[in-house]
Amino acid sequence: MSDELLVATRKGLFSVRPSPGRGWVVQGSSFLGSNVSLVLQDPRDQARYAALNHGHFGVKLHRSDDSGAAWKEIATPAFPRGEPPGVKTPMGETIAPAVSLIWALEPGGPDQPGRLWCGTIPGGLFRSDDRGESWELVRSLWDHPGRLEWFGGGADLPGIHSILVDPRDSRRIVLGVSCGGVWVSADDGATWDCRATGMRASYMPPERAMDPGIQDPHRVALCRARPDTMWAQHHNGIFRTDDGGASWREITDVRPSAFGFAVAVHPDSADTAWFVPGVSDEHRLPPEGRVIVTRTRDGGKTFEVLDRGLPREHAYDLTFRHALDIDPSGDRLGFGTTTGSLWVSLDQGDSWQAVSQHLPPVYAVRWC
Amino acid sequence: MVQLSFSSALQRHVPCPPLELEAATVREALEGAFAREPHLRGYLLDDQGALRKHMAVFVDGKAVQDRRGLADPVRAGSEIAVIQALSGG
Repeated sequence: MSDELLVATRKGLFSVRPSPGRGWVVQGSSFLGSNVSLVLQDPRDQARYAALNHGHFGVKLHRSDDSGAAWKEIATPAFPRGEPPGVKTPMGETIAPAVSLIWALEPGGPDQPGRLWCGTIPGGLFRSDDRGESWELVRSLWDHPGRLEWFGGGADLPGIHSILVDPRDSRRIVLGVSCGGVWVSADDGATWDCRATGMRASYMPPERAMDPGIQDPHRVALCRARPDTMWAQHHNGIFRTDDGGASWREITDVRPSAFGFAVAVHPDSADTAWFVPGVSDEHRLPPEGRVIVTRTRDGGKTFEVLDRGLPREHAYDLTFRHALDIDPSGDRLGFGTTTGSLWVSLDQGDSWQAVSQHLPPVYAVRWC
Repeated sequence: MVQLSFSSALQRHVPCPPLELEAATVREALEGAFAREPHLRGYLLDDQGALRKHMAVFVDGKAVQDRRGLADPVRAGSEIAVIQALSGG
């Protein structure tokens, strides 16, 4: 059971913990005033990582070895100097790559001490084997001809936002790419295949709609106990695979909406997943002004609307892809929003406690 | 010797006191600063070594012309100022 929720926001990193008589409250902060795009607590050695986006000054990575009391700036993933142009802009130009956002940060397996994976905009995957002291571009993916077909969704340039390491085999890695589908390596990143067959892109011309390489999974999550089952909150729907990504199935009749960014999967029950829906691509607002979480317990056949403790009118919160998380016990969830609200549930979403409704815009939450 | 100074906004994130060093170009002057504080490089330059889009370098009050190569010449007594564009949010 996790007793601390880390919250990365537009203006700092916050620590949320339970307080006797007051419920869950913000109890500490780091990097106040700075844009924290992601946070990671490494379960192997308890190291804490914060990805910063300083705008003018670029992106940075910091590590803390004392639960956030002191931070040290470590190396930032960067493309090799002199790398030839290899990223297409929306204007059709091809430019030399430079990291503009750290969009995914995950630990390797328990058998890979020091290993970190980092996904960036514009579509680079980087590997560290020394806790972020140095990084190496994963060339096998960067040089893959399919990678050049990726394009931006929301951001001008494409990016890797989801990195899943198979708990059975640390050499098996799954990536979610906007927009570029789902990519799988079975050999520790030496080779890659696009595995998004069955996903459907309603934003493309009909003849390209089922093209695996242009899909926009907003977020991909796996079930710890059954890692071949993964869920994707996609740009225009919810998809599920039970064969490690070889085939995906669209979940239909999702009420009230299948649009959203985030997904969480119960660690022990592959049929149980949570989403924080918005109205649609064109209306990125909560349905009917009510903040809701939807939950399926039957693999997507039916969805419950969870709203106890959540605002039921005039709410305009949107939850980004990294801003929903479930703890390792499967009982605790937390989610934050672009309008600075943060809620915690201790009962799988049946009820929610408002931690704050005046934080900076929330980019990511993570139980630790 | 040339004088090199950095905006206060930058000093909030990374140590960069004013420096006096030998240099014939802006690139050489900045490399001298990076040798003293390696993290500073990533704050000023992108992955490809170009000046970040919203950073500016002035030599004796004139903005550098070569934002990718930073080959603009400097002379003894030049004052190089590293500043950043303004932004909101």
